[in-house]
Amino acid sequence: MPVLTGKELRIVGFLCNWCSYGGADTAGVARATQPTDLRIIRVPCSGRVNPLFPLKALMNGADGVLVSGCHPRDCHYSEGNFYARRRLELLKEFLPVIGIDPARFEYTWVSASEGQRWQQVVTAFTERIHKLGPAPKFDDAAPIYDMPALAPAAPVRTLSCSPNPALDELKTQLREALAEGRLFCAVGWQQGFDALHATPLYMRKPEDVDKLVWGPLNVHSTANMLFQLIKDAQAAAMVGVKRGDPVPPAKKIGLVVKGCDARGVIELLQEKLVDREAVELFAMGCNGTVNVEAIRATIGPAARVESVTGEGDVLKVVADGKEHTLSMKDVAQDKCRSCLVPNAPLFDHFAGQPVAVPENAKPAPAAVLKYLDGLTLSERMGFWKGQIERCIRCHACRNACPMCVCREVCVADSRDPHWLTQEDTVTNKLFFQLIHALHLAGRCTGCGECNRACPMGIPVGALKLYAGRIVGQLFDGYSAGLDPDAKPPFLGFEVEEKNIHERHIEGA
Amino acid sequence: MTIRFLTTDGLAQWLAKVSETRRVLAPRKEGKSVVFRQWKAGDPEPVLAKATIAPKAAVFPPCETLVQYKSVKDAEDLSKTNLTLEAPTQAEPTLLFACRPCDARGILALDTPYLNGRFKDPYYAARRAATVVVSHTCDTPSPTCFCTWVGAGPANPEGSDVLMTSVDGGFVLEAVSENGEALLAESGLPDGADKMDQARATRTNAAKRITARKDLSKAPERLKARFTDMAFWIEQTAKCLSCGACTFMCPTCQCFTITDEGEAASEKGGQRLRSWDYCMSPMFTREASGHNPRMAKAERMRNRVSHKYWYATEYTKDHHFSCTGCGRCIVQCPVSLDIREIVLKAIEE
Repeated sequence: MPVLTGKELRIVGFLCNWCSYGGADTAGVARATQPTDLRIIRVPCSGRVNPLFPLKALMNGADGVLVSGCHPRDCHYSEGNFYARRRLELLKEFLPVIGIDPARFEYTWVSASEGQRWQQVVTAFTERIHKLGPAPKFDDAAPIYDMPALAPAAPVRTLSCSPNPALDELKTQLREALAEGRLFCAVGWQQGFDALHATPLYMRKPEDVDKLVWGPLNVHSTANMLFQLIKDAQAAAMVGVKRGDPVPPAKKIGLVVKGCDARGVIELLQEKLVDREAVELFAMGCNGTVNVEAIRATIGPAARVESVTGEGDVLKVVADGKEHTLSMKDVAQDKCRSCLVPNAPLFDHFAGQPVAVPENAKPAPAAVLKYLDGLTLSERMGFWKGQIERCIRCHACRNACPMCVCREVCVADSRDPHWLTQEDTVTNKLFFQLIHALHLAGRCTGCGECNRACPMGIPVGALKLYAGRIVGQLFDGYSAGLDPDAKPPFLGFEVEEKNIHERHIEGA
Repeated sequence: MTIRFLTTDGLAQWLAKVSETRRVLAPRKEGKSVVFRQWKAGDPEPVLAKATIAPKAAVFPPCETLVQYKSVKDAEDLSKTNLTLEAPTQAEPTLLFACRPCDARGILALDTPYLNGRFKDPYYAARRAATVVVSHTCDTPSPTCFCTWVGAGPANPEGSDVLMTSVDGGFVLEAVSENGEALLAESGLPDGADKMDQARATRTNAAKRITARKDLSKAPERLKARFTDMAFWIEQTAKCLSCGACTFMCPTCQCFTITDEGEAASEKGGQRLRSWDYCMSPMFTREASGHNPRMAKAERMRNRVSHKYWYATEYTKDHHFSCTGCGRCIVQCPVSLDIREIVLKAIEE
């Protein structure tokens, strides 16, 4: 058996205390010959295995990781392994995006009495890892700094930058709500520091609504601040309240929403992180937003923008006295090209007519995913190495994310548990992005704010899109943030999973 | 004052010569960003564009090892362990090439805490002494540039050793410090005094493009008066995401955190790291007790703005603002928050 004679590799095993750990013991008592590459970590249940455990092991030099728990329906805690099955399947399919061979990770089920099966599993898995050899390291990968210019996907519906005639209706709705005093504040957009930038607008008085704008520059997610604003509104309601007094209801948070912003709110509702009564949604149909960098690429990095106007597909930008005619097809944000939800699926007020979506429309895959799919595993490792090298850890990606509600208790800032160090190595910085992507699996609405917020232009959104694609395949096309009553896939399980099949280790 | 002329074609050759004895840091395009990376002979020519991020990492890296420690068993007496400490020196002779004058001026702002105080920071001092700065005078100021508001301009020599100005067919290199004189003296480049008029014209044109100057002289006194006006700060910072983009992009931001990583006193050992930290994070001021004096982002932004436009004027020699007007915090802010607007609003009565 080559595994006993060859050089050992580093394989980490996470074994459930109630079954596989006992199974390994049974194998030992029976004096079954086993390879010695496996380092076992005993866990109370396979459900305890956070996908970040195997991922951290693999990122830090493990050549293989094996998770083994009780057979489905046989969990000591009834259902821990059902949750584990969904998470670990996701992890296995996610690994290739950063260039780790999914064969280096496996999860399986071995009961305490199956000493012989344990012997077969560990032998077969160790042989598999030996065939693959030592794991490639990020340090050795050839960095890819530049992505070729990717042809953006064709928009799935007609994008437009015409002014929305219903803006006045929306303003009236907002003014009324603010005048009535039921809103703590309302969040929309106003013109930013120049004609090419919009910036979030916080409306507290009816007259603040005058500044509200609606157009293709309204890129920011208004859902992002909801979680914090609700807390602020609750705190404001408590001012002057004495002990023993009844707690007064907090005022609502008004949000002006595009389809994607509303999806962020819905996902927060799905996870019961916010209360439906705490938010009032003012919706309008969205005809697409622009990528300001794509416009800059045409008009020049230092041009002084005087005006941005639009009609239909044509966006006119006057900069340094020169008029540039651009097409929404060329400058729209990538997320808008595949967007089938231009109208908020959930709202309290809708101004104007909903934007039509062609029936049976099928969005083309995101250009960045097509590019990543075309790379080999080692090229993907080099790609992320080249991109993440310039990450400065400003955490704009995290703070711009409407789903990142942990805020000041994020694992990135935690010393205990110590998931991340302050070292500015590629693996350490990339690991933060992987934590973000895995925490968002099944929750990410694809709003693309992480990508847009990154000041260094790192395509961090690709990791979330990749995870989102896996979630769609595993859970029958599930998309986050469409239905407030839908259960997010990783908060539940099916006893018989439709699309997750028993993993077989060849030779076991 | 030494003035030399460098032809466009001769640029790579000159840099190659310098790179024999110095680490050359030059702007390179990576994806959509321009970042400073080590340039080696044979690399593509540096991109002469304003970098996405200020090059302060040349003297103040995002992460550096202050000390490495390890405990080793005593060979004589195995019951004893000896703790070894090592402070690695990380300063190599460096040429910081083609940063902007606003970036170079930012380095002066870093000198204030690290060199000019009662204690010199040895790590910073070593890197600073080993670094020569060649600034490319700005020929294409952005609409977000406001260097003239904070007492500088597109060809301000403060912090630079050599000013490099684009002219027809090449660059005029003008030494503005002793280090710069030495660099040009050994460069072997031809004299460029006759091209100086053209260089001056380039500079004047650039200065004209900068957003009309606003008077910020009242900023310190007005910010002082605004200190307790929390409603003002809450209003101004409502949209802030509390990320570190503005801070890390900034040529003058200088704050850090110190952590021990790796193992404690073991055979494997560990290291004490100093890495960039940002005052916009709620973690920045959280004390060990859990108390946090700047819990709200309004308080944190008040600190950031006041530091740059008020506190710094009280402790710097020339009462400078700790801002060089590079505008990166505006253009790179995910929500387009404009620090100029906050300062101007604060100045309003």
